[in-house]
Amino acid sequence: MSASLLVLIPLLPLIGFLINGIGFRRIPRGAVGIIGSLAALGSFAVSVVVLMAFKEAGSTPQVVSLFDWISVGELSIPFSFQIDQLSLLMLMIVTGVGSLIHVYSAGYMKEDEGFGKFFAFLNLFLFFMLLLVMGSNYVIMFIGWEGVGLCSYLLIGFWNKNTDYNNAARKAFIMNRIGDLGFLLGIFTIIGTFGSVEFTEVFRQATGLPVGDPVVVVITLLLFVGATGKSAQIPLFTWLPDAMAGPTPVSALIHAATMVTAGIYMVIRSNVLFTLAPATLEVVAIIGTATALLAASIGLLQNDIKKVLAYSTVSQLGYMFLALGVMAYSASMFHVITHAFFKALLFLGAGSVIHAMSGEQDIRFMGGLRKKLPITFITFLIGTIAIAGIPPFAGFFSKDEILAHAFEHNKVLWVLGLLGSIMTSFYMFRLLFLTFFGSFRGTHEQAHHLHESPTSMTLPLIVLAVFSALGGFMGVPEVLGGTHQLATFMSPLYEGARQVNPAAFAATTLSHSEEYLLMGISVVAALVAALAAYVVYVRRDSVPAPETQERPALQRVIYHKYYIDELYDAVFVKPIRTLSALLFSFGEFFIDLVVNGTGTLVKVLSGQLRRTQTGSTGYYIFAMVVGIVLILFWNLLLR
Amino acid sequence: MYTLLLIVLPALAALLTLGLGGRPGHARQIALAGALAELIVAVVVWTQFDPAQGFQFGFAFDWIASAGISFSAGIDGISMLLIVLTTFLVPLIVLSTFGHSYSKEASFYALILFMESALVGVFVATDAFLFYLFFEAALIPVYFLAAIWGGENRIRITFKFFLYTLFGSLFMLVALVYLYFQTPGQHSSALTALYALNLSPAAQGWVFWAFFLAFAIKMPVFPFHTWQPDTYTESPTPATMLLAGIMLKMGVYGLIRLLLPIAPVGLAEWGWVAIVLSVTGIVYGSIIAIQQRDMKRLIAYSSFAHVGLMAAGVFSNTLNGLQGALIQMLAHGINVVGLFFIVEIIFSRTKTRYLDHLGGITQRTPHLTVYFMILLLGSVALPLTSGFVGEFLLLAGVFEHNPWLGAVAGLTIILGAVYMLRMFQKAMFGPRSQAAETFRDLSLSERAVLVPLVIMVFWIGLYPATFLKLTEPAVSQLLRIVNG
Repeated sequence: MSASLLVLIPLLPLIGFLINGIGFRRIPRGAVGIIGSLAALGSFAVSVVVLMAFKEAGSTPQVVSLFDWISVGELSIPFSFQIDQLSLLMLMIVTGVGSLIHVYSAGYMKEDEGFGKFFAFLNLFLFFMLLLVMGSNYVIMFIGWEGVGLCSYLLIGFWNKNTDYNNAARKAFIMNRIGDLGFLLGIFTIIGTFGSVEFTEVFRQATGLPVGDPVVVVITLLLFVGATGKSAQIPLFTWLPDAMAGPTPVSALIHAATMVTAGIYMVIRSNVLFTLAPATLEVVAIIGTATALLAASIGLLQNDIKKVLAYSTVSQLGYMFLALGVMAYSASMFHVITHAFFKALLFLGAGSVIHAMSGEQDIRFMGGLRKKLPITFITFLIGTIAIAGIPPFAGFFSKDEILAHAFEHNKVLWVLGLLGSIMTSFYMFRLLFLTFFGSFRGTHEQAHHLHESPTSMTLPLIVLAVFSALGGFMGVPEVLGGTHQLATFMSPLYEGARQVNPAAFAATTLSHSEEYLLMGISVVAALVAALAAYVVYVRRDSVPAPETQERPALQRVIYHKYYIDELYDAVFVKPIRTLSALLFSFGEFFIDLVVNGTGTLVKVLSGQLRRTQTGSTGYYIFAMVVGIVLILFWNLLLR
Repeated sequence: MYTLLLIVLPALAALLTLGLGGRPGHARQIALAGALAELIVAVVVWTQFDPAQGFQFGFAFDWIASAGISFSAGIDGISMLLIVLTTFLVPLIVLSTFGHSYSKEASFYALILFMESALVGVFVATDAFLFYLFFEAALIPVYFLAAIWGGENRIRITFKFFLYTLFGSLFMLVALVYLYFQTPGQHSSALTALYALNLSPAAQGWVFWAFFLAFAIKMPVFPFHTWQPDTYTESPTPATMLLAGIMLKMGVYGLIRLLLPIAPVGLAEWGWVAIVLSVTGIVYGSIIAIQQRDMKRLIAYSSFAHVGLMAAGVFSNTLNGLQGALIQMLAHGINVVGLFFIVEIIFSRTKTRYLDHLGGITQRTPHLTVYFMILLLGSVALPLTSGFVGEFLLLAGVFEHNPWLGAVAGLTIILGAVYMLRMFQKAMFGPRSQAAETFRDLSLSERAVLVPLVIMVFWIGLYPATFLKLTEPAVSQLLRIVNG
């Protein structure tokens, strides 16, 4: 595999960014979409070629070094890429789903005055995301990590005349930066411990450490802080729902399918370190489960089509972390993949609905859209079934695998996970029914304008729907007669971890009947929840209460997202602002007072000398030089 | 002799400016030509420079021969980097004034060039008294620039600034004279002679503090900073650029060139106080910056916070910290000059620097938005831009010294994003303000300033090896002196 081929993967989007960015407003609209989409598709094509070559060459990981980026003393940080099973899987998702979303955007954003800028940013995002997953060391990963944060910022605040959107963008960037500090400190600890940031070197050394080594616990906890920021976990999740201010394709690409899974990628990449740190894994599992439940419960009552999906994303990411916490790394990656399909599909479907509704996002004013938007409806339905965990669609396999591992690890986690999946099924079918069933609740104007989206938008929906329906078959468990190709493919990634903790990678201890039972329970639970949603929103035709209506206490708390934003505002934002004002007014004044006071004291003490202070610069310099000369003279005469 | 040329050339250009710059517009052209000539010489020197060779292109004249005081200078990797910074920035600073006409033009530009001479002198001096001479001399032009062409409160504020820094320098002078008399035999004020001194721990203690005060005021380090925000805000923007872009680096440079190698025992004993003060300044300055309404003052506080990190890196006494401080000096100089220029561009069109009166500028000039954004990203240390490499190494160095301090210093990456993005958003985004209604797009001379700055932002960010390799041998050499 040649280096130049690998370099093409991130380079093509970068070129696309430069062309559309520099040529903004000079390149015709038609060309903009083609250039941007071709950059993504080209990158995808090269990734496929690389994947083929990788398999042909016997699936051995490769590191390709481009140049020495930062090098100080013993520490050397090369700009280099690593190709192995994990980066290839991420490459396929990022460029594959990314390409579809680029094509979709060509239709969705066509009328926008910032069309060229939009494609430039989208390409730039791909570039950084590809660096993130291809980098062969933590610092290159960090470049991508921060770079996607920048693109997220630029795209959330894409419509920058709106102050609320700008605030949402800023919030996302800052909350991510909080996580990034954790990541950075983790990198410093890695440098201090291993003297290197290269994955191969760090993990090679780590396999010699004992399980539970305190330094590794610290490293993994710090890395996990980074993951909570990027992947929107407690306590740094509140930026993601606000990020829905960005155009819908952005929500699909960045805030559902790719960027937000970076935290999971990071943990799987560092699986040796995490396997060495059971304490961290407990924290990961607990945070993941708590986030899954918290976000799912908020999702139950949201009325904005994108907000429901956003909380759903937070919740699904929680599941992935739950899987990581119980060392089911492949299961977590499996869910990353299937989630990328169905959540991108759902977001793009939502975009299609919003497009048809002339910008309306409140599901209370939708209803009955299935007749007017048949393709959007069918594909959205497939996405809903997939995420709800109903077989044989994609989500069933990945979620079930996570729940089975959770069950083996700790029954309580399994019960909580199941509870979450019941909620998932309910809020998703609630969304589906309120949007596509019943009668239309919008204005006459909207009703008149309702239409199915153009082919450039429906085509990506159809492709994603196919993958959402069939994607699960890459990981059919042995109990259902499959071979779990995905897990087999990923298996070499855990060689180091297997060495330090063989028990963690042993075959399941569950009997087939137990596995059937677990599957049965979760499928029945999902179906019951879907049925409940059907009864409430289709049979009884009820519509969520309007904004003005007084809600019961518990409902009010959940509806207002547990007042977490308000809490952060009161505990962090306001005190820092007050402190800022205080330091500026009193702090600076006080320091000045002390310093001036000292100065005055010196002046008073040197009473006579003071007369020489005429304030004339020339005089000072003259006095200074004379002084030096006198001192020297005196010294010379003395000798 | 290149070194002598580098010192003298700007001064000659200054005299030429004074002599021939009578007609309006002439002075700045002569000044620009002079500054560019200096840049060309610097580039030539750079191409011939070999980092592994220690001090090069030096000269030494007897000054007070019998006393062992010589007029001697030379260029090592550390000096080279700062010469690159100085000679790169001065032409841009001159060019940045082309949209503005100053009274007493010839004097204005001559002072900038005199300043350049003195700054280069500081960075190449290899004799302690020569260093001191240039260190003080650099103060004079910028004092007049601020006092004559500054804002309303200029007299009071520049006087405070002048007294403040002079006060600090006196301590340095006393320390230098003391050190000079400690040298054996005929006495010598050569830096190498001072490095070789074997001072008692007690003597090192007070020498440490004397140097610390002098340089801490110059940079400034908390709590010796109260002159800085006022001075930066009230000075005419070219003077602010000289102060923030180059002059504060004299302080950091002094720490590296004098304090560390002369008082290593003092550093071992008292370094922790210095590093705690520096880190305090990072957080203190950043938090104050969050609520500032005047863009210039906001950047002044941000600069104060950034320089705190550089100082902390130097005091960490690690290779990472020092290399980080050096490359950050370059990066910070470029970012801060760029940002002050952006403020000047906005001010020249809207007559205000207050964020409350601005907003929606991007709708009028997408180009300015792009340049502003890139400089801002450099300032908040986004990877692949100029600020990242320095900040990464600095934080790594401080972390190596003490993880807790490293973590507190690391808050800069969060707080920096908070105040910078707030400023950017309030000025550029949101509904279009009255002030932005008639906002002109960038002029040719404005672009000519911004483009080289932006190129440097990416050069440092993408291929820092150019600069890291330049300074590493000199820094390693220095650390060998410090750590025995």
